[in-house]
Amino acid sequence: MPPKHLTIALAGNPNSGKTTIFNNLTGTRQKVGNWPGVTVEKKEGHISRSGYDLAIVDLPGTYSLTPFSIEEVVARNFLLDERPDVVIVIIDASNLERSLYLATQIRELDCKTLFALNMADMARSRGMKIDGRKLSELLDVPVVFTVGNRNEGMDELLDQAIRLAESTTPPARTRRVNYSKDIEEAIGRLKHYMESTTDGLLPYPPRWVATKLLEDDKIVKERLVAAAPQAGRTILQASQALRKHLTDRFDEEPQIVMTDERYGFIAGVVREVQTSTTQERVDISRSIDLVLTHRFFGFPIFIFFIWAMFQLTFTLGEYPVKWIEAAVDLAAGAAEVVLPAGILKSLVVDGVIAGVGSVIKFMPNILILFFCIALFEDTGYMARSAFLMDRIMHLIGLHGKSFIPMLMGFGCNVPAIMAARTLESEKDRILTILITPFMSCSAKLPVYVVLAGAFFGARAGTVIFGLYLLGIVLSIITGRIFRSTLLKGADAPFVMELPPYRMPMAKSLMIHMWDRSNLFLRKMGTIILLGSVIIWALSSFPRDVAYTRDYTAEIRQATDAAESRPAMAGDAERRAIQEKSEQIVAELRRMEKTELTQESYIGRLGRFVAPVFAPLGIDWRGGVSLLSGFVAKEIVVSTLGVLHAAGESTEEGALGKALAASGMTPLAALSMMVFVLLYLPCLATTAAIRRETGSYRWMLFSIGYSTSVAWVMAFLVYQFGRLLGFS
Amino acid sequence: MLLSELKQGQTATIVRVGGSSLLRRRIQEMGLVKGTDLYVEKYAPLKDPMELVLKGFHISLRVEEAAHIVVENLR
Repeated sequence: MPPKHLTIALAGNPNSGKTTIFNNLTGTRQKVGNWPGVTVEKKEGHISRSGYDLAIVDLPGTYSLTPFSIEEVVARNFLLDERPDVVIVIIDASNLERSLYLATQIRELDCKTLFALNMADMARSRGMKIDGRKLSELLDVPVVFTVGNRNEGMDELLDQAIRLAESTTPPARTRRVNYSKDIEEAIGRLKHYMESTTDGLLPYPPRWVATKLLEDDKIVKERLVAAAPQAGRTILQASQALRKHLTDRFDEEPQIVMTDERYGFIAGVVREVQTSTTQERVDISRSIDLVLTHRFFGFPIFIFFIWAMFQLTFTLGEYPVKWIEAAVDLAAGAAEVVLPAGILKSLVVDGVIAGVGSVIKFMPNILILFFCIALFEDTGYMARSAFLMDRIMHLIGLHGKSFIPMLMGFGCNVPAIMAARTLESEKDRILTILITPFMSCSAKLPVYVVLAGAFFGARAGTVIFGLYLLGIVLSIITGRIFRSTLLKGADAPFVMELPPYRMPMAKSLMIHMWDRSNLFLRKMGTIILLGSVIIWALSSFPRDVAYTRDYTAEIRQATDAAESRPAMAGDAERRAIQEKSEQIVAELRRMEKTELTQESYIGRLGRFVAPVFAPLGIDWRGGVSLLSGFVAKEIVVSTLGVLHAAGESTEEGALGKALAASGMTPLAALSMMVFVLLYLPCLATTAAIRRETGSYRWMLFSIGYSTSVAWVMAFLVYQFGRLLGFS
Repeated sequence: MLLSELKQGQTATIVRVGGSSLLRRRIQEMGLVKGTDLYVEKYAPLKDPMELVLKGFHISLRVEEAAHIVVENLR
């Protein structure tokens, strides 16, 4: 007989220890993905136990099931639509009231519910004693004591869950929230009305549907109308009438009254099961906070932590990045030797290896960054950093937590955009993702160094600083504009819990770090691979370029000439001839490549779009370089080098001179730098935006928006500069 | 008086939660319901948001949001 399959959902407040319990139950056998259509992380683990195949699903941590935040919608829809066999509700013993608030909502859904009373030992040490048996009796729910971080109670939790799933008694319908008379009457009438008009209109408990309609729940209303357009509308009318009646009666909207009454019911339960012995609790957490959010020391300490994270991510990360780059070079070298010359070799070396290499090298940065973020989150410092920064971020219409992703943007946009995951509200997250690319990332620096160095000499530093500042100012303006237009009204209230500081657990940190990095590797790898192959193809085709000179013949001639002479010459002379011929060959090769790039599809595209760049003072070569910069911003420099025949050497002076010789002016260089600062994010970032916003629409929007801003800003710089008499 | 007018270290009881429906519900769901005692732990270094202790846990609230909460029985 195949093992019986059971689905167990884990629900609980954020910081209730839910993740720890999930990790304990599933170990490393967990799958991390996204809930369909949204960017909320979905964790699932499969284990087998006493002949059962258990699927354990970690619901997003929420305080409620009111469908305001995306997490709450996801959690509630799972309970409604997937009907898990058992729901384990993690009850944080030191936050009994709030945990029970979520629990009562889950019970209203008629789910088979099991309580995991977590960290009761900690609550006891703080002078709170909880009578588990009484709690179980009062609510008619089995209660298991657990201590997540000591792995206690896990076996019993699973055994109880299986027993509950197999029991045939339906979930108790008594012993749950009883609302005041008027509300109960309204619920009863609505329920009766629904049952009489259409039986089983929605596959949900009728009492629950009635309750939600009185609460004016948008999603339930939509589903009702979708399920039965005719009857649904009459029911809605009835519920609106009842709502109006209740609003008049209480002088308050029914949902507010009902929330109050739920808390009232819970307060009654808590009075029965919890005994507090000490009045003022001794709290280490509070003492830590006295320092970390201190009026004067709070900010310096915060800045230090951020600086340390930056240093670790980009300075320490530099070493493994170099190793990976060396390994990629090695692979490229091996492929160079092994594969026969031709198109396949070019595809592998210049397309696949170069492309994938450009992504994989971010891996160490990402691992370290996510380790630091996991540390901030698991200790509870993340909430404090939001607490400190909220005032400033609120000016841009953002949440305090948006600060860290934006700051990371100065290093690399890819991890920065991924760090936006820590934001709870989806609109905050999207807004943060849209403005982060304006933070000038480190890959753009080489472009500034070359251009500013060549055209602004001693003032190069000031110019570069100005560019960074321009990015920040534009991100603020963008934030304000989007907040009042596209992503309006989503400014979620800043009601945020400041959880007690906790010692992070190594296992949890590792799982956190690995899960997120793994997602990056898998998904980015595929998109990046495809993208790099496309760019490679654009820049290497067509192959049959009609060269102005026969390079192959000339190279052979030069080589032959060098080899045929040596017999009659001395050592020194021979070496000189040899060097000379190598120089000639290199020069020829470079010219060949320049012509190839000019004639390639990307070169043609560059010349085709040249009129677009002309008003910015950027010639077609600049245009092609900018296009190629889509793969990675550093490439702008190397493409410029190729097109300006300055050699691929990193020698900055050479390229600068070539640029100046080509007729580029300081003003045009400035315009180009502004464009580089603002225009479309690189391929890896674009892929990250696609992933994190969960939609191609936002990705395309980001590309379109940033490029338009870049064009307008560069245009203003160039044209106004000319009007003012600069050149 | 309003919660936003309280000083660090003061305790009061919630009488009424006002503001938009969404805000009220959010605030309520975090446990700030009528009759709850709360203690003002501190204000952030830039005077906003504020940190409150209620029912044994700590939450932060923006001052503008706290201005929707009416409290009494100041002590």
